[in-house]
Amino acid sequence: MNHQTSTTDNWEAIRAACLDVLPAHIIAFIEQNQDMEHSEGQLIAVLHMVQAHFGFLGQDTMHAVAQLAQIPLAKVTGVATFYHYFRLQPRGKHMINVCLGTACYVKGAEKVAQRLMDELGIHFGETTRDGLFSLDSTRCLGTCGLAPVVMVDNQVFGPLTPTDVSVLLAKYVKKEKVAAE
Amino acid sequence: MPSPVTDFFESLRDRAHSALAGGGKAGKVTIQVGSATCEHAAGSLDVLDEFTKHIQSSGSDGIVIHKTGCTGRCSKEPIVGIFIPGQAPVKYERVNRELVHEIFTKHIQKGIPLPEHALDGSLDRKDGPEKSGKTSISKHFSDMYGDVSFFTAQNRVAMRHSGVLDPESLEEYISLDGFKALATVLSKSDPEWVINEVLKARLRGRGGGGFMTGQKWKFASQNEEKTRYIICNGDEGDPGAFMDRGMLESDPFSVLEGMIIGAYAIGAGKGFWYIRAEYPLAIKRIQNAIDLCKAAGLLGKDIMGSGWDFEMEIRLGAGAFVCGEETALIRSIEGERGQPKVRPPFPTTRGLWGKPTCINNVETFANITAIINHGGEWFASVGTEESGGTKVFALAGKVKHTGLVEVPLGTPLRDVVFGIGGGVQDDRPLKAIQTGGPAGGFIPASMDTLAVDFGPLSKVGSIMGSGGMIVLSEDDCIVDISKFYLSFTQEESCGKCTPCREGTTRMLEILERITGGSAVLEDLDKLERLARLCQQTALCGLGRAAPNPILSSLKHFREEYIEHIEGKTCRAKKCVAMIHFEINAEACIGCTACVRNCPVNCIAGQRKEAHSIDQSRCVKCGQCFDFCRFNAVERK
Ligand SMILES: Cc1cc2nc3c(=O)[nH]c(=O)nc-3n(C[C@H](O)[C@H](O)[C@H](O)COP(=O)(O)O)c2cc1C
Ligand code: FES
Repeated sequence: MNHQTSTTDNWEAIRAACLDVLPAHIIAFIEQNQDMEHSEGQLIAVLHMVQAHFGFLGQDTMHAVAQLAQIPLAKVTGVATFYHYFRLQPRGKHMINVCLGTACYVKGAEKVAQRLMDELGIHFGETTRDGLFSLDSTRCLGTCGLAPVVMVDNQVFGPLTPTDVSVLLAKYVKKEKVAAE
Repeated sequence: MPSPVTDFFESLRDRAHSALAGGGKAGKVTIQVGSATCEHAAGSLDVLDEFTKHIQSSGSDGIVIHKTGCTGRCSKEPIVGIFIPGQAPVKYERVNRELVHEIFTKHIQKGIPLPEHALDGSLDRKDGPEKSGKTSISKHFSDMYGDVSFFTAQNRVAMRHSGVLDPESLEEYISLDGFKALATVLSKSDPEWVINEVLKARLRGRGGGGFMTGQKWKFASQNEEKTRYIICNGDEGDPGAFMDRGMLESDPFSVLEGMIIGAYAIGAGKGFWYIRAEYPLAIKRIQNAIDLCKAAGLLGKDIMGSGWDFEMEIRLGAGAFVCGEETALIRSIEGERGQPKVRPPFPTTRGLWGKPTCINNVETFANITAIINHGGEWFASVGTEESGGTKVFALAGKVKHTGLVEVPLGTPLRDVVFGIGGGVQDDRPLKAIQTGGPAGGFIPASMDTLAVDFGPLSKVGSIMGSGGMIVLSEDDCIVDISKFYLSFTQEESCGKCTPCREGTTRMLEILERITGGSAVLEDLDKLERLARLCQQTALCGLGRAAPNPILSSLKHFREEYIEHIEGKTCRAKKCVAMIHFEINAEACIGCTACVRNCPVNCIAGQRKEAHSIDQSRCVKCGQCFDFCRFNAVERK
């Protein structure tokens, strides 16, 4: 989405430019809500859809959402940066989330997190150079009974010791290697 | 007198019964497998898969699998129940693929149970809650689980269906008196009656504030503005709690029914669920419940033939703790940054899009059907003078049996931690019990006979909160845990008001100095002053409650702070700056486990000879301490 498109008043041109950036189901969702009462309330839902599709909220996707939903880009960005769940950077193939909730903390989640950082060579919020893993922390996955837990993509593992973490990582790396062959 | 509503309900119930009889479990062996997030994490999907394969290859059509929600017995998952007609039910703990094979070939096919794998190691039936005369409403639950002491010591009202029902089946819910309460309410067609029942029940909000639900409903219903909203708060932000997730995933219909009844009582036409995005399964199950109810005429236009319309939809949270606060939550549904507003006006006066709005917690709604079906007076009789009913706690931390437990309000803390939780892990001494999460406080072990109820807990400087209960042993450092909670609130502060934004940051800096060994005694006064200031002047509940862990720990554990500052010692040996690791040459047998696991290779020593640690390179990660099986590594 370039400057020219965003400053034109040619709606067709804007829509076409958005179509280049956003998938059809998100466009349909925005347009379907447009005439409803309180449609601006769906902004967070739209951002969830964008993140589910692309894995993160990019500059151009947020711009397209702003244009199409006719919400100022400043507000879209403001909302996107307020909520921790939204990522503004591309993520790795596998998303590793270490729970740093209370139950996990008292059962040693910090050590688990340290081991992950050591093995992956990255900090929270970063992605490994090969693009395989992104590391993040979250507060309570609601499985405190299994503390300390780590969530890889949508699967929860626990209870884990730092050694278990190494084993778990190795399993993913191996799977990726096999897939690559 | 038959009315359209009672006709509707009866035919609904008949249809549900015949649907269940058709696909039925009657006369068959039922294998019950829990399927909530926690069970999935523990491997219940593998277990399901393995049972399915075994049933298929056995060719038997007399065995069915029943997927249920979560009983709350987290540390023993996955749990499998085997129900053979005419025999007492048997539950197994920590089932995996191998155990499935054994259970199938021995217990199911030959009729020989495996006591060594039974839940809590017992096959004897004890008196369930039913028999001991507590409540009759959890009859189905105690029929299934009444022999396990973890459950018999509880009293299930809000969680009476959790672990009993298939959370994705409307028919099953209806067969256990589901929608009977709504039918009663709609056929009485008297919202005031509903509000009065809830008032009589003395139900206080379970989301943390503890406001009388009936009172809140009354305020909303008396507003002149007729467009009104109802919201179910499923944001569950306390970083150590999962009660609401448990109920949303295990018994979505009863929360939903409670919410419809609430909507009717206050005259709302539209409802919203605000559920955190981190709970995908809960979202899926609520969506499923909404869809099924819509199709069955229990939601939408002309509900149950009563002529009343009500719609609901789900909105997702996006990982901001402050959005659990009601005014911030409203902003979030409006599509804004979730920053709170000054109250009053309260949402019941001016809420979502400026209209009167009632916000209630998941567990609050989960209690409503029980109140309508059994009467407000009965509900009140379960709790205390001050507040009726039970409370669900997420019991976690250093306790033997972790999980969700539900007890009548007024139960002594001790009974929860020791009676149900089995006491402290490794039989270490209890140090404190933390309730209320980052907004709560510490209750020292010496006060463990305190009753769990709103009043008594706040009197000692903690709060009831939404139900987090963390057990701390002598191995936990109070200063460290306070720092943990404060780092949470500091990170989650939305930044709108100065006392909270700056106050939490400065307090955290002081706590870091204390645990880092560079604090002076004046810092303690400064900390206390800041804490009080933040408590009195912050805009919303987040900032006002943020100092609670500090103030309550200063009240009950001040000497530990002083030890950190003056003696530079941490008695729990948690604060890394104050400890170092040494190898006791007499105890070390030279197994090299520590050498192999040291990430910085700072341990020297030959096989079968005592090792030693090079202090100048040690990063104090504690790996050697964890790995040594001979207690040769010492923290000093
Ligand atoms: C910072 C903060 C976080 C909160 N988080 C939650 C929450 O996660 N769930 C909840 O039900 N209530 C939460 N509350 C309380 C709500 O503001 C509100 O009181 C509650 O949802 C009302 O429902 P109830 O009366 O049924 O308890 C929070 C309050 C504050 C100040
Ligand atoms: S604290 Fe980690 S799952 Fe709850």
